[in-house]
Amino acid sequence: MAAATASRSGLRSALPLLAPAYLWLTVAIFLPLSAMVFFSFMTELPLSGRPWAFTLGNYAAFFSQSLYLTLLLASLRLGLEVTLWCIVIGYPAAYVLAKVLKGRSREAIFLLVILPFWSNGLVRIFSWAMVLREGGILDTALNAVLPFKINIDLMYSYPAVIIGLVHSYVPYMVLTCYLTLQAIDDSLIEAGRSLGASRLQVLKRVIIPLSMPGLVAGAALIFVPVVGSFMEPRILGGRTGTFYGTVIEDQFVAVFNWPLGAALSFILLAVVLVILAVASPVLRRAA
Amino acid sequence: MAGVQVSDVSRSFGAHKALDDVSIDFADGGFYALLGPSGSGKTTLLRQIAGFDFPDSGRITIGGESVERVPVEKRRIGMVFQNYALFPNMSVADNVAFGLSVRGEVKAVIATEVQRALDLVQLGKLGGRRPHQLSGGQRQRVALARAIVTKPRVLLLDEPLGALDKALRVDMQIELKRIQREIGITTIFVTHDQEEALTMSDRIGILRDGRLVQEGPPEEIYDRPKTEFAATFLGDANIFRGDTTGNGIRLADGTAIAAGAGATLAAGGKASCAVRPERIRIATDAGAPDGNANMLKGQVSKRIFAGNNSTYFVERGGQTLKVIVQNTGMERLAEGQDVVLRWSPESTVLIAAG
Repeated sequence: MAAATASRSGLRSALPLLAPAYLWLTVAIFLPLSAMVFFSFMTELPLSGRPWAFTLGNYAAFFSQSLYLTLLLASLRLGLEVTLWCIVIGYPAAYVLAKVLKGRSREAIFLLVILPFWSNGLVRIFSWAMVLREGGILDTALNAVLPFKINIDLMYSYPAVIIGLVHSYVPYMVLTCYLTLQAIDDSLIEAGRSLGASRLQVLKRVIIPLSMPGLVAGAALIFVPVVGSFMEPRILGGRTGTFYGTVIEDQFVAVFNWPLGAALSFILLAVVLVILAVASPVLRRAA
Repeated sequence: MAGVQVSDVSRSFGAHKALDDVSIDFADGGFYALLGPSGSGKTTLLRQIAGFDFPDSGRITIGGESVERVPVEKRRIGMVFQNYALFPNMSVADNVAFGLSVRGEVKAVIATEVQRALDLVQLGKLGGRRPHQLSGGQRQRVALARAIVTKPRVLLLDEPLGALDKALRVDMQIELKRIQREIGITTIFVTHDQEEALTMSDRIGILRDGRLVQEGPPEEIYDRPKTEFAATFLGDANIFRGDTTGNGIRLADGTAIAAGAGATLAAGGKASCAVRPERIRIATDAGAPDGNANMLKGQVSKRIFAGNNSTYFVERGGQTLKVIVQNTGMERLAEGQDVVLRWSPESTVLIAAG
């Protein structure tokens, strides 16, 4: 009983600390989101003054037109590819940061990794546009170095979208993996090697399994927003950059069909949640 | 199984000389303790033998094969770490199986060997547990089983008992010694605990500031330390400093102390004498003159009773001497009492100054 009292009084004293966060979550996320749920079941936006009614038509639209499903699959593939590239690029970087570099050089490299976070997203994307277009920085630089003439024009292509998204999201992978890698005691690596394991075997059997939580967290942080992304596909992908996210954006800013946009968003949310739910037991076992 | 030879090994980290021209011969099947205060280079030396770090100069051989440039995974050593370093993502059995499985052993062989190793450390039934479900002593045993299951040539132990409480440590000392005898493996053991070094090892190497101070069997180092450091670091010792007389020293106040053991030094220079506290007899009167025994007068300043013995602190000419007396029920001296200390020259070790 003493314990129960203590825990209750603990909760009460924690309330002032919790309240701001919950208040903020309620106002900033829960309210707009419930408004969107409401919109997604309407025929018209009530703001325009036109008459409206409840309907399931917006959700039905997704299933009646194969375009939406095709785009959703394309977006899921984009999310998967970007996540894989982020692992390929981010994990080794995190490993070097956590286990090889020490002191000042670690701080310097860390700063470089986090730098994309501090620059404006649009600026980031437009600078990629400068680099990737024909006659752009990459094209000019490569032609200056190489003895033969090549044409690099990645602008408005699928690879350009991947490059832009990977650049934006790779810091998440570096940070989450860095945290788990750093927590791995160096003596575990030494123990593995003293038992006759090569560096690669130690990596496969000790380091990667122990850093799995970081990989999973990073993958979830990257996959979910990339599937719904629209800015990078639109600017770097051009005509080829039509994805599920850009279609949702169109409903809100171009076509002003908010109910359809909202319905498409919630379908995406449901799909992502299902994917995470299905993947989580597998990932938990791996971790 | 193999012996290990370390010859003229030096290793510096920046300006710091972690190992300075160290040579030790670890004979096949022996149990060695590397003893020294922190920063003495004992762990650095162990890491050179293991192959986690390479010497700047010098040679290391295992079983006669030169290994200075051989990476750790090719040296066929077994190592037990201070913090156990068990893989938290694997069961106890998988931890023990790791070394065999990276070698590509057959599953059936692995299972038998793992069970045998776990039985040896008396954890035969706990193979399915995870490391975090074990006590400190059990983890230590798993680490040991994991290190020996691959039949390494040398077993290296880096302060393996440091994290255990005292009672458990004594148990593990006996256990470790039993297992070492059973498989007869050359074992090198790093510790800063002098008692552990004395009770467990066949030979002890004392290190200080990256240099090997003295090396030999425990009895030899304890009875005939070659330096003041060895005398005071391994066990307790009363140190007298003075001028050499050839077979002893003369203190500043003219008292002569005869030494029957230790270095032979020409008269004239500076030297020290070391006497173990338990070798000194304490009495309230001079009694009958006792041949050539060393004799000093002093006053008891403090007595610490420890059950089976008492430690007396005796003030004498500005120096505090320690005397340990077994509790025979005879002598109980009060603080402040004038006493006479007596000990034989054979119990006195002459040590060159420096």
